[in-house]
Amino acid sequence: MADVAAPAYRIIPIIPALKPGAMEGKGPFVANEKINEAIGFPGKMAENWQETHDAVIAKMGELLSKYRSLKVYMDACVHCGACSDKCHYFIGTQDPKNMPVARQDLMRSVYRRYFTLPGKLFPKLVGARDLTREVLDEWYNYFNQCSECRRCSVFCPYGIDTAEVTMAAREILDSVGYGQKYSNEIIGKVHRIGNNLGLPGPALQDTLEGLEEDVKDATGIDIRFPMDVKGAEVLLITPSADFFAEPHIDSLIGYAKVFHATGTSWTLSSMASEAGNFGMFIGNYEQLRKIALRIREAALELGVKRIVVGECGHAWRVAYSFWNTLTGVGDGADANDRFAQMLQKQLDHRYKQPTHICEFTWDMIQDERLSFDKSKNDKHIITFHDSCNVARGSRMGDFAGGQFEIPRNIIKAVANNYVEMRDGTTREQTFCCGGGGGLLTDDLIDLRVKGALPRMEVLQETVDVHGVNFMATICAICKAQFTKVMPIYGFDRRMVGGVHQLVSNAIILGDK
Amino acid sequence: MSLLFAILLYATTLLFVVGLFQRIRGYANTPVPLKIPTTPAPTTQTGVVLRMTREVLFFESLFKANLWTWAMSALFHGSLALVLLRHLRYFTEPVWGWVALIQPFGAYAGITMLAGLGGLWARRLFVERIRYISTLSDHLMLVLLMGIAASGLTMKFITHTDVVAVKGFFLGWLHFSIQPLPADAILALHLFSVMALLAIFPFSKLLHAPGVFFSPTRNQTDDPREKRHLSAWAAKLESEN
Ligand code: SF4
Ligand code: SF4
Repeated sequence: MADVAAPAYRIIPIIPALKPGAMEGKGPFVANEKINEAIGFPGKMAENWQETHDAVIAKMGELLSKYRSLKVYMDACVHCGACSDKCHYFIGTQDPKNMPVARQDLMRSVYRRYFTLPGKLFPKLVGARDLTREVLDEWYNYFNQCSECRRCSVFCPYGIDTAEVTMAAREILDSVGYGQKYSNEIIGKVHRIGNNLGLPGPALQDTLEGLEEDVKDATGIDIRFPMDVKGAEVLLITPSADFFAEPHIDSLIGYAKVFHATGTSWTLSSMASEAGNFGMFIGNYEQLRKIALRIREAALELGVKRIVVGECGHAWRVAYSFWNTLTGVGDGADANDRFAQMLQKQLDHRYKQPTHICEFTWDMIQDERLSFDKSKNDKHIITFHDSCNVARGSRMGDFAGGQFEIPRNIIKAVANNYVEMRDGTTREQTFCCGGGGGLLTDDLIDLRVKGALPRMEVLQETVDVHGVNFMATICAICKAQFTKVMPIYGFDRRMVGGVHQLVSNAIILGDK
Repeated sequence: MSLLFAILLYATTLLFVVGLFQRIRGYANTPVPLKIPTTPAPTTQTGVVLRMTREVLFFESLFKANLWTWAMSALFHGSLALVLLRHLRYFTEPVWGWVALIQPFGAYAGITMLAGLGGLWARRLFVERIRYISTLSDHLMLVLLMGIAASGLTMKFITHTDVVAVKGFFLGWLHFSIQPLPADAILALHLFSVMALLAIFPFSKLLHAPGVFFSPTRNQTDDPREKRHLSAWAAKLESEN
């Protein structure tokens, strides 16, 4: 830890020169047998290489037949290089294999060798190669240095999404017992205990009661944090970090105040006390689905009318883009789709299902059901960091780009000082925080610090020019990553916080 | 000689059509289990058609990514389109009016096409990152295309082949009647290169052309909350509980 240093800012943000091998062998810890087996994966790799080799190729064939994205993306790349300088991990590490196209090529070279005619006949000519143990190790290393942030896919003329390739690679690795410790351990916890942090129901109840007392002390008002309340209108699904991590908890308080001030009956669920879904990070549909189904069960059991999701980037992508498919939380299922109808009949379709907490709050602000004392945020000069999964994998509101406008609108409604960071690094072109996609683990701290470089450079610029002292964001991973790496870049860790933390500061409670 | 050419041309054309059809069928038949448009994405079908049109005609994403690559690639593809249309005159009698109209531009498009390819190759050779990701086949593909353009331009501006005979050959070829083809080395080079290109098309990165239409990040509507999207293999998991 002590020897982790921040890379120097680039004077002019030119594209860095290549440093081949810079991040070789710097991948995360490998999952042990117990962790893998707990979630149904082979415990470890077969002793006999040939066995693993054949299993990898077979799995790859299976995925090529199940995912059009993978199939088209393996063929369509023309090596134009448009994506080559777009990845924050490449910019921060200068390792050429962290260029999106080169990352894809780690798999594409194998695809060509085993699944295309030219690769079978003339491997050298088309850059095809045999699958060897070294190649697989390289996959493990570099596919675990991608945060699946999709920045590269914005710029690719064919929309090639490296995240899809990374997910496929991790799915293949897991299927032969070569999984990543951090992600697989967390998935185990979510199944065993109900959330990623392994906080059991009773402990959660205690935490929430403590929180009620704290908020009462601070505001003098009884703000409730209800759990498992049958018949509540809103079920709030939020990342478990919100329950005790700093600064996450301040946003949780913000949500509770919004519900309180608008007189909304709401509840948390002890069974589904986690919005995060690491099934997406490892590209495993069954895990993704199984983890998401807990929300469906909780919604059915509690009989809620609305499902609202707290500040979490990848969770919102899963909720917004995948929940309807995976669990039926949404609208528009076929009349004879019994699985989905069962839930959709219960939900209130005057509202979008699921709803982001920012959509909820913004609707209430527009309906004039909330009022604010903006001066309470005057100590802050605020900027907003778009989180990758919200920006490029989801939406809010009912127009394209609502995911950019709504959080900004809220900030402007609750605070006086707001400035943007430089164009080309916000909205759909935002940089990942450096810790997404299942990489938020201490064994990858070097990568995380380097991957944060592009965002830190731009933040520094905004600090220098506008005196910004608060960077708001709506992602639990962004918050955790930034509080950890920002001090290494010389920033105060309290500079980062949630949008609902600002809401919480300014909201006027009482009898309105 | 003419017969050999004609047969080879039939064979490569067949390979091109059947091969391409197979690939496209493969793409079309592969399920898309999840909604993954790169957002912000159009929320309607019309919006998707517009997005795709901008992508295919103007290379919108590439424009955002890198102006130099965009300019060279737009120059190359635009010129190629003109050149291809111009070549319709070898397959139609009488020549369609609009083909005759673009005729003069088509000839110069050959030159700009070569320039675009040169620019793209320069990038591949001199920009460190692009050189790193280039395979031998990436370079050879450019050489092949440049060979086609250069040999065509040579016939147009320097050596002049007997275009009337060439047209006679192709009109006959279309109706399976083999007419004599001028014995001209440059013409042979030109036609062989084109056949090579046709033959490798369905097996190479040239698949980017049909591929873009099947790219889920670009062709999906952003409406997952409004409509339930379910693929067949994913639906099976539901009947298992
Ligand atoms: S998805 Fe993000 S992290 Fe992965 S290669 Fe693309 S830009 Fe890099
Ligand atoms: S931008 Fe797309 S086509 Fe170009 S190199 Fe990257 S992945 Fe390949």
